[in-house]
Amino acid sequence: MEEDIDTRKINSSFLRDHSYATEADIISTVEFNHTGELLATGDKGGRVVIFQREQESKNQPHRRGEYNVYSTFQSHEPEFDYLKSLEIEEKINKIRWLPQQNAAYFLLSTNDKTVKLWKVSERDKRPEGYNLKDEDGRLRDPSMITTLRVPVLRPMDLMVEATPRRVFANAHTYHINSISVNSDYETYMSADDLRINLWNFEITNQSFNIVDIKPANMEELTEVITAAEFHPHHCNTFVYSSSKGTIRLCDMRASALCDRHSKFFEEPEDPSNRSFFSEIISSISDVKFSHSGRYIMTRDYLTVKVWDLNMENRPIETYQVHDYLRSKLCSLYENDCIFDKFECVWNGSDSVIMTGSYNNFFRMFDRNTKRDVTLEASRENSKPRAILKPRKVCVGGKRRKDEISVDSLDFSKKILHTAWHPSENIIAVAATNNLYIFQDKVN
Amino acid sequence: MLRGRRRMEGALDAQSLISISLRKIHSSRTQRGGIKLHKNLLVSYVLRNARQLYLSERYAELYRRPPPPHAPYPPPAAPLAGPPELGPLPPGAEEQPPGPMPRGCGLPEPPVLLPPPHDPAPLELPGAPPQPPSPCRDSAPGFYRSGGCAYPALPGHCSGRTTVLDLDTHVVTTVENGYLAPDCCSQCPCCCPPAPGTKRKYYPGPGEEDDEDEDEPAAGGGAAAGVGVAPCPKRARFEELSPEPPPDASNISNLISIFGSGFTGLVSRQQADSEHGQLCSKQALASLGAWTRAIVAF
Repeated sequence: MEEDIDTRKINSSFLRDHSYATEADIISTVEFNHTGELLATGDKGGRVVIFQREQESKNQPHRRGEYNVYSTFQSHEPEFDYLKSLEIEEKINKIRWLPQQNAAYFLLSTNDKTVKLWKVSERDKRPEGYNLKDEDGRLRDPSMITTLRVPVLRPMDLMVEATPRRVFANAHTYHINSISVNSDYETYMSADDLRINLWNFEITNQSFNIVDIKPANMEELTEVITAAEFHPHHCNTFVYSSSKGTIRLCDMRASALCDRHSKFFEEPEDPSNRSFFSEIISSISDVKFSHSGRYIMTRDYLTVKVWDLNMENRPIETYQVHDYLRSKLCSLYENDCIFDKFECVWNGSDSVIMTGSYNNFFRMFDRNTKRDVTLEASRENSKPRAILKPRKVCVGGKRRKDEISVDSLDFSKKILHTAWHPSENIIAVAATNNLYIFQDKVN
Repeated sequence: MLRGRRRMEGALDAQSLISISLRKIHSSRTQRGGIKLHKNLLVSYVLRNARQLYLSERYAELYRRPPPPHAPYPPPAAPLAGPPELGPLPPGAEEQPPGPMPRGCGLPEPPVLLPPPHDPAPLELPGAPPQPPSPCRDSAPGFYRSGGCAYPALPGHCSGRTTVLDLDTHVVTTVENGYLAPDCCSQCPCCCPPAPGTKRKYYPGPGEEDDEDEDEPAAGGGAAAGVGVAPCPKRARFEELSPEPPPDASNISNLISIFGSGFTGLVSRQQADSEHGQLCSKQALASLGAWTRAIVAF
């Protein structure tokens, strides 16, 4: 089935290309903004790189809207918690954009402990003709000033500057795994392993704790929060997923502390699949609302599931991402791959879902036609502007010519982070330290 | 079902999984960014599963053997049939009289074991209950352990403490509310009388036992003979300095105490197995002792 699909994708750019892989360059999050004009990436070194889509021009139709670097800044630095003798990694765990309300762009970026609000703005004019200081900025002697003039704005080369506008610190004891902007655009939440806090963008020294699952005795700990997201339209509703494979939907109108859920989504475990690693592979690594707000999608180690908010006892759709790994769980446990946290994304119309896998493969599932495809993000196997060829993993028996066998998969090449343009068929795929952007083929 | 599960997992069996998991926990201490609670929780699930399998196989084997002649306490109330659902200890186990033989001590071959308490909350281990007499609950006879329940005369003695005897180094260590007391001494004057032919050292503790009667009942044996007392001022100071761990910092050490108290039982297996020529990976189990000590020391 996979090989029949014409994917019609162009590999349009290879950005942040390095022949060596330094750990700091490993991309840790990818996110389009609400219009799709900007694409932000965060990496393990604490940097944020923002790409901007070129305006389409009639002169160069084949360069339809390519993404180029727009701004780069250091968002987080490594820190040291002296009280606990712990190093705090600068790795950017998540980036979330705020909707644009003026000429500047705003985004939230977070590491394990601190969330920051960044303002990214353009400057293309510069004031000249100050009275009290000269062009170099040195103060002039007031006694030397004989005339007064009005400073004027003169054009300059475009400069994009990023400034930290708010720093939301010291609210999380455990590692932050998610941030989510509320649809009221006034608040957002940050979630760590055991708690979720609600913030107001204007207030940095306080946050409300809305979920706390820390047990009184830590020895009774059985699950942690793995991801959380606000409903796209209802500002009182959010979901959070757990390491036990459950999702809870909470309503902030019900009580101040949302420890008691309004809805509880859980699929009963299939006892025939029980293994040493059942708990690990059922841990949910990502949860995403559909754009419609009607569905949620969850990713665990081997599957992607789509849930209807109105049905709590089982998902409405389950997609096997790489079920051939089920017999390899032991080795994947040994090399720590079983702990990889894959993300999942919806397309703009909620008809296709996408998630990553190993060997630089990523998978797309069409919910309507029930067709799926495996594609590869790699330079060796596709040239720019070439159409991506569907890939297939051979599970056993005879391997056909273009197939790859499970044992030859490269587990160090994993695609954990992907993003889909909010309205067009443009996807961004992070493969270790490389970012690939794919578009639908023109005509 | 268990055997099938083992086959499905390929080459790794329960013991290797346990040592791999402990290694992961140990190495997570030195990773950048601090302990990852989520990952360690998942590893602990694997540990629990592997341990269940391992112990159930041990129970099954022991069940097949004739019972030893001198079982000091009644056989378990809950019969072990098939994969044991490790249920709660029968009540009789908790009321061990503080008699001459603390539980489990001195037996070269543990009899059919009381299953360690286990309930649906997988990480719940009664390692640190606040009430004094109960810390013994979790020990199974093979766990050369005394939580002090044999000495009810010492009330402040067992608040949330777990004392384990490391069979590798024969050092008694104490984990207290998740924190390790320096293991140069023990505070439990527990005397596990040596099994016939087994040399064992112990260090009767000073500290708050200073006031106590130094000739604690050496549990019916002459074990105290020839062992020097090593007063340990460090330990007393430790207790002064850390009365109450900050609640959020204790989470990590409590996790560690879980592993420490839950898996030293596997260390003790080594003793039993080697005497019976059991083919269990002695190396894996031997390394377990070092790992559990390392973890408890964290």
